Amino acid sequence: MIVALALAGGLGAAARFVVDTGVSRGRARMPLGTLVVNVTACLLLGALTGWLLAHPGHDGVRGVLGVGFLGGYSTFSTASVEAARLLLAGRGAAGVLHAVGMLLACVAAAVAGLWLTSP
Amino acid sequence: MAAVTPPDPRTRPLPDPLPLPVAALLVAAGGTVGVLARALLTQPAAPGAWPWRTFAVNVLGSLLLGALLALLQRGPDVGRRRAVRLGVGTGVLGGFTTYSTFALEVEQLVVTGHVVTGVAYALGSVVLGVVAAGAGLLLVGRALTGRSPRDDAAAGPS
Repeated sequence: MIVALALAGGLGAAARFVVDTGVSRGRARMPLGTLVVNVTACLLLGALTGWLLAHPGHDGVRGVLGVGFLGGYSTFSTASVEAARLLLAGRGAAGVLHAVGMLLACVAAAVAGLWLTSP
Repeated sequence: MAAVTPPDPRTRPLPDPLPLPVAALLVAAGGTVGVLARALLTQPAAPGAWPWRTFAVNVLGSLLLGALLALLQRGPDVGRRRAVRLGVGTGVLGGFTTYSTFALEVEQLVVTGHVVTGVAYALGSVVLGVVAAGAGLLLVGRALTGRSPRDDAAAGPS
């Protein structure tokens, strides 16, 4: 179970890299790739959590898809570094917008995902 | 007798730029390690409780990623330096930290009536994560200031 979880996490990280590379192509002023990745990850984890409420007892699914794949797909460290770099570059408003915008968008996406699949 | 020595894989330059599948494999390998570490260190928090483990993982991962990127910024993002950034930065540290679990924890705290804890956890994680990443970027950057790679070479292995 822990092996499947870790391998799913590696797959999630690779998916994040591919999505981020696709979204970020040609955009340098505001890093949006991580935002797209994290919002979709939170939407999907919300949907998975809602589905699990209706289908209890699937702890393996929660571990492999929720903790593993979606946990590896989403990232907190890159989001922090992107906001810190904007702040250190003197772009305070952009840094705060990046950090707070990411938080609000991701929590909203998690709520939307839960709403979609909750019983 | 004069057998051709195969190129040492440690000194053979990596193709530059790395092909996307190779880069993705590096990220996947690192991500597997990072996610395994997080899975072993974290567990769901009790209802209404501050999720300390996710909090610690996310802040620590932000600090380490800032420090790593400051270290790698000393040269162009190509070859081995890019491979380390992708494998250790995007892979290990990206997979070690998580935004999806964090967002669901915030949502669960708020909807179960622990609004103050939920909002404090959300803002505390984001603010401390950014501060930790900035500290990693600045402290390592400052420690290396004035030391060009040539100085390091002249100083020899330490």
